[in-house]
Parts: sequence; C-alpha cells; structure tokens
Amino acid sequence: MADLSVNLAGIHSPNPFWVASAPPANTAYQCHRAFEAGWGGLVWKTIGDPIVNVSSRYSSLDIAGNRMVGFNNIELISDRSIETNFKEIKECKKRWPNRALIASLMTDTKENWHEMLARALDSGADGVELNFGCPHGMCERGMGSAVGQNPDVMETIVGWVMEATQLPVIVKLTPNVTDVTRPARAAKKAGANAISLINTINSITQVNLDTMCPEPYVAGRSTHGGYCGPAVKPIALNMVQSCAIDPEVGLPISGIGGISNWKDAAEFIALGSTNVQVCTAIMHYGFRIVEDMIDGLNDFLDSKGMKSVNDLRGLAVQSVQKWETLDLHYQRIAKIDYDKCIGCNLCYIACEDGAHQAIALVSPNGHGLGPGRLPGKAIPQIKEKECVGCNLCSLVCPVEQCITMVDVPNDQDPLSWKEYQTRLASGKMKAIPAHD
Amino acid sequence: MQVKTKRTKQEVAEAMGEIEPCYRTQEAKVEADRCLYCFDAPCIMACPTGIDIPGFIKKIATGNLVGSARVILESNILGASCARVCPTQVLCEGACVMLDRDEKPIKIGRLQRYATDALWEKGVNPFPKKVKPNGKKVALVGSGPASLGCAAELARLGYATTVFEKDAEPGGLNRYGIAYYKMPPAVAQQEVKWVKDLGVEFRTNTEIGKDVPMEKLLEDYDAVFLGMGLGRTHRLGVPGEDKAGVVEALEFIRWIHTKPLHEVPVGERVAVLGCGNTAIDAVTQAKRLGAKEAVIIYRRGEGDMTAYPYEYELAKKDGCNFLFHTAPVEILGEKQVTGLRLIRTQVGADGKATTVAGSEFTEPFDMVIMALGQEKQVSLWQKLLPKLKFDSAGRLECNPATGQTSMPKVFAGGDAVSGGREVVNAVAEGKKAAHGMHALLCGKPVNGPIQASRLGHRDGAKGSGFLRPVRVPELEAAYKKERNAKSHG
Repeated sequence: MADLSVNLAGIHSPNPFWVASAPPANTAYQCHRAFEAGWGGLVWKTIGDPIVNVSSRYSSLDIAGNRMVGFNNIELISDRSIETNFKEIKECKKRWPNRALIASLMTDTKENWHEMLARALDSGADGVELNFGCPHGMCERGMGSAVGQNPDVMETIVGWVMEATQLPVIVKLTPNVTDVTRPARAAKKAGANAISLINTINSITQVNLDTMCPEPYVAGRSTHGGYCGPAVKPIALNMVQSCAIDPEVGLPISGIGGISNWKDAAEFIALGSTNVQVCTAIMHYGFRIVEDMIDGLNDFLDSKGMKSVNDLRGLAVQSVQKWETLDLHYQRIAKIDYDKCIGCNLCYIACEDGAHQAIALVSPNGHGLGPGRLPGKAIPQIKEKECVGCNLCSLVCPVEQCITMVDVPNDQDPLSWKEYQTRLASGKMKAIPAHD
Repeated sequence: MQVKTKRTKQEVAEAMGEIEPCYRTQEAKVEADRCLYCFDAPCIMACPTGIDIPGFIKKIATGNLVGSARVILESNILGASCARVCPTQVLCEGACVMLDRDEKPIKIGRLQRYATDALWEKGVNPFPKKVKPNGKKVALVGSGPASLGCAAELARLGYATTVFEKDAEPGGLNRYGIAYYKMPPAVAQQEVKWVKDLGVEFRTNTEIGKDVPMEKLLEDYDAVFLGMGLGRTHRLGVPGEDKAGVVEALEFIRWIHTKPLHEVPVGERVAVLGCGNTAIDAVTQAKRLGAKEAVIIYRRGEGDMTAYPYEYELAKKDGCNFLFHTAPVEILGEKQVTGLRLIRTQVGADGKATTVAGSEFTEPFDMVIMALGQEKQVSLWQKLLPKLKFDSAGRLECNPATGQTSMPKVFAGGDAVSGGREVVNAVAEGKKAAHGMHALLCGKPVNGPIQASRLGHRDGAKGSGFLRPVRVPELEAAYKKERNAKSHG
C-alpha cells in the first residue's frame, strides 16, 4: 500500500483528491458527505458578498450517447451569507481535523480582502484559495477572471492578501488567457504559496434550434458559461505542464480540469500537480467516485513500485519540450494485426482522404478471414514507404491493439530542428528534400 | 458402467469447453462503459450477497481490475463461481435499469468473471491486510458455498475458523456438482485458495460423527456452522433401480469433475428422469460427452418444469430431447439397463399428474440418470444433534435473519436450510450466519453488505428475499401496453 498523503504548500491531506470549489462544496452537509466518502480535502464554494443566481444554470455536451462529456455553468459564487459559510467551515474542520479544508474567497477592495482573510483564519481553514478564474457574471463586476486575465492587477491583489495572512494561499487561475504562465508568474512574484488550475473555459455548449437560444436558457437569453468536464482535460494538462516546467513559476500546483478517475489524476500528478481537484465527475456520479480513485491510484503506484504518490509527481514534465527539440530522424509506422482486423476500413478512408494516402485496399489473399471479414473483401494494407507515422489510422481503428505504431530503427543520429538549422547554416549538411 | 464415450479426447474437450469465454479487454471496456453507475442500484438489491455491482464495473472501466475483483470478493468470496453459474437473468441482470430503456441489460455476470479472472491471473492476494484475531473459534461442517461464505466472513471479522469436509477436496457442490461447460473445477479450487489466504483452516477427509464426534465440536468451538447441504438423490421407487447403468445425476456430474473427460462413462441412449436445473446439467453433459440421444423424461408439461427457461433453451440447442407427460414404470434389463417402460400422464384440474391407463410403452436406453432432487438428511442430523428442529419438508429450521438454529451456538445455512437453491443464496446465508454468530459472540451487529441497499431496505428473509424474479413480465407487459395506448391516444 503506497502512501497517498500529500503536502501542498503546507496543507496536508491524507490523499491527493480534493473536492473543487463548486456546487458540491456548497454546504457543511455536502462537506461531511464528501469526507465520509473519503475525499482528502475540499475547497469551499467561493465565499463573498452573497449573490443572486438565475434559474437554469447548467448545460452540457453529450457525444454519441455519452452524457456530460463537457459541462457548462453560469452559476455564480456562494449565494449563502459569509457568516453561514465560515460557521459551517469551522464545524466541518472540527469534525474532520485530518482533512484539508480550504476557503475559496472572492472580493474587491483591500479592506474587504483583509476582512475575509481574518474570518478564514478564525474558521480554522487550512488555507485559502483566491478565485481569479470565474469567467461569468463576477468578471463583469471586476472580479474573478477579470483579475486573472490581468497579471498586474492580480499581482497587486495577491500582494494585499499576502501581507495580511499567514495561511497558505493558493491562487486559482483562469484558462481564458493566451499564456497561462503570465498570471502564474504574477502570483509567484506577489508571494503566493501555490497555484490551482484550470478554472472553467468560456463556452456555449449548444444552441436550441427552436428557440434560437443556447442552453442554459434564462427567459429568452443565455450567457457565456464556464466549461469543464472530461472534454477539458487536455487543455488543463497542457496548462498544468506549462506552469510546472516554467522556472519563473516554481509553485506547487493543484491540478483541476476534467478529472474523473485515478488515471486522470495520475496524469495530472505526472505532469507536475501535487494534488488534484474534482467537480464535474462528482456532479455526475456523487462523492462515491473517490473510492475507486484511492484504490486505483494505490494499485497503480504499487504496480510501479512507488512507495508514495509524491514519487509520481512531475515524472512526465520534462518529456514535454519545445517542438524544435524533437528528433526529425525518429520514424514510426503503422502495423495492422490481421487477426484482429474486422474489415471496417475506417483506417483506409481516414488515411486516403484525411492524411497521407499510405494505406491501400488489397486482396485478402494470404491474410485469410479475420473476425467479421467477408471472403474476398478487400482489406487495408499499410504502404510502408508512404507511411509518415502520423498515428491517425491507429486513432480511428475501433479495435484495441489492432493497429499499432511501431518504431522503424535507422542508423541516423538524432537531429532536432534546432540542430538542423545550425548545421545548414554552417554548411555541415544539405537540406532535407521536400516531399513530392 | 460398461458404456464409454466414442468421442476422442479432443472432441470431448471441445464439446465440454466453457460455453461463454472470458471477455477480451476491449469487450469488457465497452460493456463496462455502458453501465450507468446507478446509485442505490437495483442490481445490488437483486444480488443475494449484495455485491456493489456498479462499483466493480466502474473499476473495470478505469482499468482498476484488482480493485474491481476486491469489491466482488468482499461481498461474495465465491464471486468467480457466481459469475459463471448465477441465474443472472433472474437476479442482477434481470433488475438492470437498461431493460426500462428497452436496451439489453449490462452483462454483469461476464464482467464479474472478467474482473475475478484478472485477479486470478495476476496471482494477487485480494486481502493482504492481516486481521487481528478476536480469540474466538468457529467450526464449520461441510465446505460447500454456504460454509465458504460463512468462513470467509468470519475470518475477516477475526475468528479462527476450521472447516471440516468429508471429501478429499473442499468446495462441496461447487467443486463436484456444477456443469463442466459452465465452470471447470479449477475455479472452485482457486476460490478455496482465496478462503485459505484469509486464514481459514480446512480438514478434509474428515467426517463429523465418524472421524470427529459432534460433541467435540460443540465443546471445542465457540460456535458451529452447519453447511452440510443435502443427501443423495431421491429414489424413484420403481423396479430395476439397482441395475448397472442407473446413476444419480450428482454422481454422474461428479465423475465429470474427477475423471479425465474422455473416460467419463456415458451411454448411447441416455434417459434423464426429472426436469430441474440439475436434470438439464445432466442431459446436456451426457449429450456433449457423446451420447447419440439424450432425453429428459418428465411427468408434467413444458410449462411446469422447474429448470430456468434459458437452461431449457440450452438443452434444446444441444440437441437433447424431451418426453413430457411421461413417467417411468420400470427400468428394464438383466444386469445392465436396456430400456424403460414408460406411461403417459395427464395433469388434472386439481394440478395433480395422473397416469393414463393403457398408455404404457417401452423405449430402449443404456443409461438412466436420476435427477429427482436430493434427499433431506433429517434422521442423520437428528442422530448427531437431537435438539435440532426440522420443518415438515425436512428443512433445518433456523432464524432467517441470523441463521441461528434451535440450539443457540449452532448456526446453519445453504441447501440443508433452503431445500436447495443457488450458489449465491448459499453464500449469502453463510454470511448472514457469520453476522449472527458475531452478534452472539461479540455482541456486535454487522452492517451489510448482504443486499446492502444504501437506502436501508430490509434484508430479505432468505437469499435475495425475492420469491420470484425481480422482474414480473406480466406487470411489465401491462405497463407497456398502457404506455403505448397513451402515446398513440
């Protein structure tokens, strides 16, 4: 049994799985249920001057029968009073002293920030998370992502916070920027203890073609909502890694964005996160999902001989580098396992129309019948000389391990674009001929 | 038995091979992803052992196979057997919400097999944590599903448990009495290993009342669990039952599990008397082993048989024949069976089957398999434990919630109590008895997971608690008719 406990900027939790600041983290009741289910920590739904929400708040993207692949909301921060929220945090912390309980805060003036920090300290919260990410409603009032999108303003506000508290401070970043490392660096400069990312992405999930209004529908109108759920994971992983590898950021990371199971979590941790936060998967299935997250991560770490989840942290960070460092001489090609091929020919049409015309349809002679193939029906064959190793056929193939990408060894030394340019300039090598 | 199969070793091996192979990775993933992961799911309620079915399926979906198998075995230590032999259509899969979306139910049995096979293949001990002994000792009589379910649960509660088995190998009917094409003996042996890994001790070749006196168990142990099952097959009561070629169904199935398959004696024309699930197991295996003709003979009609409909379908698919409304009068032959004298029957308005005068006829058979249900062993057990009480049907009486018999420190479960039910029911009853003993010996109630409906539904009295399949087709048909009328109205 591996050790799953983590320490994010001085905040300890028995496992790396935290409930993100969102509807599941709205009340003491939910907090108790989450901790009973096994969550290691919880970031309370953002506390600020109570807001008024609209009715009809969520919408989703379903793909091929899979519900909530992507999820969107136009809900604002907590609609409960500041007093109630901190009272309940106090109560929860008392009952669950070993779990991490974080107060998420959002306000405007320096005085108000100081006031909120004093209350957070009094509540016994283990730390605070500053919500500079909310992309709807609050940003129109100069808060949330309006701050996160302006590194200078953010630096000032984080500065106000840092001068007023000893609690660990996590800055939650918005992904609605061109380069997430800029606000991350601003947080670092201002003295923040950690960053959490990503908050939700501006989105419209669907338009109702009868009402000509997107969902969520509010009396004939809608608004840009915050997008999250499994569909945003690749964007989040990209931003987490960008911050993890940037020496000017150099802050512990709480990874957020589409995490639904232990595998997703392991990927975030491998790309530099210390812990992870989850919301949409809980909104879909309930707090019970954490049981498999704990169990699955534990078995994974055991299978890799890792004693602690911290041994996994950052293992994949350095494998992501600039394009110009990649080896131009590396070659892989597709290989079809004819015992598995069912004859759908999706690989053929994808390559023929969508990629590099490197698959032929040929007589099945010699390969005989595979599962579901008709006698005499043409089957795909890789034109090995034409194959550029793009992966497309293996991605469209519906049968696991039917098309695999295999390395083609060659005797050339690795050559990056950067080296190539240097060698070209110094006349040490001729230009690689362009494709026909 | 002089008759021998005429099939080659390879032919027999193929014919007796498992009817459903293990899912491949992709099949399992696709099926697991289909599961909605319901909360307080009906499939859990329908499982007598209360396995967290959506939980283990979710873990298959995330690739956490060891975790998935652990979820299964925590609730049902015979989860690998049950994956193969449970009548899932009337239990978990019969309760699946997908049926209400007019879709096929999730293949829970096959997914359960996939997960438990994966654990088996990896050779990982699912319960590596050592439990602190609580200093109490329990003896279990018999090593079938009820005792194994009880022993595993007790071991995980800290009891020192010893299982006494008169046979050479533990497992009971699970080891010797399952149709081979559903489950080869290696599965039952692996499950016994998982139970042993929990620290349970097995004493085989040890018969209570013969090798060890019953009084000794009562003296030496804090409690005793009776999971001895039932006795021999009922006698038919017609002349000729002692002829060579007449065999009890369970004995026939036992040969299949103890001899090389191609050496199992089987006739050319085999008659199976009875029409329950064991009769089906016998007739299909006789056919698969090489019988030219295998015939079920039943004194009632098609609609009266106690075998599950899909078992009937399986036998028909295997090419077995059925002689309904027919009863045996005499087993013919000198020393060896040569045939049966039979008589036609009819079922009267009172539901009783009576013979039709003058309708006798004979049919040639060289093997007759009796599948008439197992005898209760009332007199045997009353001799060993005179204070035990039995009901009028010969079933051992006990408190259905705790398994406690009329003797306070003696508990019971399995076929001796139920009269003969599924493996999964026996495991559940074993577990209930374990919880009953724990309450008695340690004063601690154990919450679930036997039918652990998280919304607090009461445990059923026995097994799943449902007297009939979870689904009631007549009610559903009426509901659908009403719905269609509404939508067209």
